[in-house]
Amino acid sequence: MSRFEPATVNLEFDKRVSDALQDQELRANFRGAMDFLVGKRAAMFPDKEDLEALRAQGEAIRNRCLSQLPELLEQFEQRCTENGIQVHWAETAQEANAIILEIMHKHDATRMVKGKSMASEEIGLNHFLADHGVECLETDMGEYIVQLADETPSHIIMPAIHKNKQQIARLFNQKIEGVEYSEDVDRLIGIGRDVLRQKFFEADVGLSGVNFAVAETGTLCLVENEGNGRMTTTIPPVHIALCGIEKVVESLQDIPPLLRLLTRSATGQAITTYFNMISSPRKPDEKDGPREVHVVLLDNGRSRIYADKQLQETLRCIRCGACMNHCPVYTRIGGHAYGTTYPGPIGQVVSPQIWGLHTAGAITKACSLNGACGEACPVKIPLADLIRRLRYESNNSEPTPVPGPRGQGSLRKRPEAITWKLWALLSRKPGLYKLVLFLATRLRALAPKHIGPWTRYRSAPRPAARSLHELAAQRSQSNASSQEHGRHE
Amino acid sequence: MQRAYPEKPEQVYFFGTCLIDLFYPEAGMAGIQLLEREGVKVIYPQQQSCCGQPAYNSGYDNEARKVAAAQIACLNEDLPVVVPSASCADMLRHHYPDLFAATPLHKQALNLAARTYELTEFLVHVCKVQLVDHGPAATVAIHNSCSAQRGMKTAQDAISLLRQMRNVAIVQQERASECCGFGGTFAVKAPDISNAMVQDKCDNLLATGANDLVSGDCGCLMNISGALEKRKDKIPAQHIASFIWERTQ
Ligand code: SF4
Repeated sequence: MSRFEPATVNLEFDKRVSDALQDQELRANFRGAMDFLVGKRAAMFPDKEDLEALRAQGEAIRNRCLSQLPELLEQFEQRCTENGIQVHWAETAQEANAIILEIMHKHDATRMVKGKSMASEEIGLNHFLADHGVECLETDMGEYIVQLADETPSHIIMPAIHKNKQQIARLFNQKIEGVEYSEDVDRLIGIGRDVLRQKFFEADVGLSGVNFAVAETGTLCLVENEGNGRMTTTIPPVHIALCGIEKVVESLQDIPPLLRLLTRSATGQAITTYFNMISSPRKPDEKDGPREVHVVLLDNGRSRIYADKQLQETLRCIRCGACMNHCPVYTRIGGHAYGTTYPGPIGQVVSPQIWGLHTAGAITKACSLNGACGEACPVKIPLADLIRRLRYESNNSEPTPVPGPRGQGSLRKRPEAITWKLWALLSRKPGLYKLVLFLATRLRALAPKHIGPWTRYRSAPRPAARSLHELAAQRSQSNASSQEHGRHE
Repeated sequence: MQRAYPEKPEQVYFFGTCLIDLFYPEAGMAGIQLLEREGVKVIYPQQQSCCGQPAYNSGYDNEARKVAAAQIACLNEDLPVVVPSASCADMLRHHYPDLFAATPLHKQALNLAARTYELTEFLVHVCKVQLVDHGPAATVAIHNSCSAQRGMKTAQDAISLLRQMRNVAIVQQERASECCGFGGTFAVKAPDISNAMVQDKCDNLLATGANDLVSGDCGCLMNISGALEKRKDKIPAQHIASFIWERTQ
């Protein structure tokens, strides 16, 4: 899948899932990688109580910051401006793209290097820029691989996790001139580095994401392992940071606990190799750094999410990817099957809210509500509850007091709705319910051998000869009569 | 944090769950008998049907709420409610209060939630059962449902009951905590994913060499044993209540 097209998410979801399930190599890649990451995270949190305390702290920090989000955003803008960083507000993906292009135009820029930024994937920046004659090169190794393969990231932290080293060796051999086939990982990374290093020097603009934006000081924080983030934000003369509006935190003190949670949950690292803090463009006496720094604050549906008390929990996310790593569905189908920029549990929650249930709501069905995601989430987002809520919103066509996410009721299917209505009727009328039990047990020999998709993979369950209702009634009768009996003796 | 447990009461309600009602009534009966053997009188309200979870999880809250209200009505006296399924217990205990938030039934839902116990939890913490195993030597794999592990946090109770059984050896499956792929309507709405999950679960269980599989949830049992049967592999699968009752008489 070379381009993220929101319109195809619902339409092609089932097909994507079944293709993914049939791809044995893909499944092995994900299983291996997810098991590895789950193990690494577990090793980082040996003490369950410590972990719980840290998660509670992470949740509290994020909640506190979100509760004052409008004020913090204003403060952030003010501090940035004072520091010489130019702040732009983008309500939609289109607006964000246009702002970025305009900055490029202002500088007659045609070459961009990018650090890893999921927000830029969210707004489809690469393709937008390509359509406007701007060359844009991904410099995160995973993103670079994915870009080379003309794909999108399959994981928010490890974009190329769906590929094994043989596949990457083949890709480099085919796509980079003069590169011989080699499965040596160090060598592969070396090749990538050589290509990218040259590009850093040639680029006019560097674009990065933002992990945390600190309101008190107007500081942009970037977490990374490869150094490409640092190069992206220091070598080109202009740096643009694309930042979701929910990323703002109150003060520098909020960062250490969140960072600890982020790196440990994501890759099982106590700390990453690089942690960049950017507070201003290059100062007169400084030898490096961009002459101009811009921040684009991206809404793209976030303020709508913010308006709903329950759905607001979505915005606590610090994009660590742990929920994906722990999700038994994601582990089996991988990120591309979702067809959205954000896959896995958080993707199932965030994507339908950004792009609307009518375009991306179908992915919420790929969840058994087992809760492994919420248990892993470092900021305690109740992902299963939110997925369930979105299912409700997809089906519910009745007016609600608060407007729900876009596309509310759009996935309602009449036959299904009627089935549940009948079920509710049956389950509320004890006489009817018992009649059905009676018939099902007495006619058990006639029980269907094939019940829809269930029996494609499993044998059909067989009703018992007597229901528990009957057995329990008999037992209480015989208990009562034996008591009676006892009294007479 | 463990919840506070009351003294052993004289009477309890038994909430049988719809799956047990129709497919595994012997598990329900075993649960009732285990309680009565501890001297607890068991009331089985004949008005009960389903906890409402299937509709709730499918996003049909209004239908779920109607059915749930009917259960609240028939479990209305101030007695503990014992449920032989972690997933239905989880529904009563954790989801009813949400489902009825901002409705006149909220207080009753909270009250019911506070008196709801999963069967193994109730046997261990309230009845403090001491089991005497009369059964033959058995190698057993436990499948704890996701609700037992995460919602109710009673997975440990099933294990501790089996540990009391002298002739039972418990074997560990790989990825024991991973979902079996049931998820109620998930198994039907995303059948291929669900199948991928249950096949792995079957493989992991077979690899343990267990000659019995027990679980506190009949949904998982139906899923796993149905899949095993279809592929003609067989480990006898039983609800933990049936397993214990049969061995301790
Ligand atoms: S939802 Fe939680 S676990 Fe998932 S990416 Fe966000 S912070 Fe990490």
